[in-house]
Amino acid sequence: MTTATETLVAPGVTSRRAPAVRRRRFTAGRALAFLSLLILAIGWLLPFLWAVATAFKTETDAASGDPSWIGPSGPTVDAFVSILSQGNVYIWAWNSLWTSAAVTVITVAISALAAYAFSRIDFSGRRWLFYIIIAAIVVPPQVLIIPLFYEMLVFNMVDTHWGLILPQVIAPAMVFILKQFFDQVPVELEDAARVDGASRFRIFWSIALPLSRPILASVAIFVFIGAWNNFLWPFLVINDTTLMTLPVGLQTVISAYGVQYAQVMAQAVLAALPLIIVFMIFQKQIVKGVATTGFGGQ
Amino acid sequence: MTSIAPRTDTTAVVTGAPRGARRRYAGSRRDELAGWLFAAPFLIAFLLFMVWPILHGVYLSFTDQSLTGAGGNFVGLDNYADALTDATMWRSLWNTAWFTVLSTVPLVTLALVMALLVDRGLPGQWLWRLSFFMPYLLASTVISQIWVWIFNPQIGAANNVLTAIGLEPISWLQDPQVNMIAIVIATVWWTVGFNFLLYLAALQNIPAQQYEAASLDGAGTWRQIWSITIPQLGPTTIMIVILQILASLKLFDQAYQMLGGVSSDTTRSIVQYIYEAGFVDYRFGYSSAISYIFFVFIVIIGLGQAIVTSRRGRSKGAVR
Repeated sequence: MTTATETLVAPGVTSRRAPAVRRRRFTAGRALAFLSLLILAIGWLLPFLWAVATAFKTETDAASGDPSWIGPSGPTVDAFVSILSQGNVYIWAWNSLWTSAAVTVITVAISALAAYAFSRIDFSGRRWLFYIIIAAIVVPPQVLIIPLFYEMLVFNMVDTHWGLILPQVIAPAMVFILKQFFDQVPVELEDAARVDGASRFRIFWSIALPLSRPILASVAIFVFIGAWNNFLWPFLVINDTTLMTLPVGLQTVISAYGVQYAQVMAQAVLAALPLIIVFMIFQKQIVKGVATTGFGGQ
Repeated sequence: MTSIAPRTDTTAVVTGAPRGARRRYAGSRRDELAGWLFAAPFLIAFLLFMVWPILHGVYLSFTDQSLTGAGGNFVGLDNYADALTDATMWRSLWNTAWFTVLSTVPLVTLALVMALLVDRGLPGQWLWRLSFFMPYLLASTVISQIWVWIFNPQIGAANNVLTAIGLEPISWLQDPQVNMIAIVIATVWWTVGFNFLLYLAALQNIPAQQYEAASLDGAGTWRQIWSITIPQLGPTTIMIVILQILASLKLFDQAYQMLGGVSSDTTRSIVQYIYEAGFVDYRFGYSSAISYIFFVFIVIIGLGQAIVTSRRGRSKGAVR
């Protein structure tokens, strides 16, 4: 069965295997695999496509329960128009964007600094501090909602974006991942700079950071998706409609709309769109990011 | 080779002895300061938003503090005693455990099947990844809205399918017999892509030589999957299962939203009960006590993860 070319590989060369190398000829097995994959993929896309189809229906068509993909009255963008004519969606999208960006920037910055210190700088207590931080990986944020909310009351940060952002910036798992990374960067790379008398921060900024750009990007993507989709904490800490993030804001509208299915679906599709577009553009980086940070994250 | 310099002077020293270089700085005052300065921003946030809430939560759990500001008296172990005899608490723990079992099995096996299929290198890689992983990028609100619509008892797509194949329609989210299943279905659809990507990455790390050797020996596809792929994925599978259990135990967002905030005895998770006790009934002290009971369960499983991780780290050289 196997062609000779597949086996003629120098030892040690193909540690990272291109999937196509292994089995490139058309076989019944491959056809079966393709078919199963196609069925699974369609199954996975259907719920979302159905939401899209509903969003393009008139409310009457949607509420009739007619199972066709295009309603009897034909496709329409009415649902999108009425959603977008309400100002709140823009405010929520903006709130989501800026608070998630703030969470991401702060998290990456403080985690990278701390990770570098734990990896490179000999200071007293770094060992036990690091152990404490690792132990904190198991603490689920959901367990802390009561004391955190209480703290926000004391700080007067309930119903503020800082109250939303700050509790989200601690990511012990990310410190762990970044420290692992810095540990693998050869110290020799930094020695020349130290001979020249560069400060610690300068070395960090101009040597360590540029080297860690890919891992920082992975961490940032991970943190951003988490913050963008976070529900429980924003739901608790924000009551003012104009300060809500997209997930929390949309949730309040479901009940208000009652049975306007097309509008609810239009809203869901609109809210889903930004991240889907981001994924389409950065698929490679995101897939890699999940692979490298996935086990430490969550 | 080595230059001797006052220990406090960090800048003047290092010449060509990189190995020992770091040692020489141990305890130097400038490193001491630099280390703490680098770690300070994280440590301050960590103290404020992690350590302090953990400690304060313990304190709150011994009081009758209310969200309204009333109470705050020390009540000893009363909250814990109440919680351990609270049928709703046990029911919520049970629901959480049941959801974890129901969701973890498909979330791991389906992810593995998807990854094995995609790893065959069939055309359309981009599309497969998009289809399976895309739902993971959606907010819980969005997936809840989509599935509430699909599970609509009168006009939902799910019941359309059921009636089309000759089955009785189901009140998916209203019927206490099936509403947990409905939440599991939505959750599997939503999050399987994450495990799928973890598996896919692990599959692509299996050295190609192993497959080449096997096919030289005449092993077919199934045989290769069974005797190379599956064993190689062992450590990955353990990690994915543990992470999945930890994630499933935190059930709240989709269950709460798919039922429209209505509390159902058959879907109320422990996190939802923490929320309800604290923010609906205003019983901060009691809610904190439940949080810590739940925390104990998480820590036990987390310890399991730590043990597996350290073993894995030792055998493979590095933990990812």
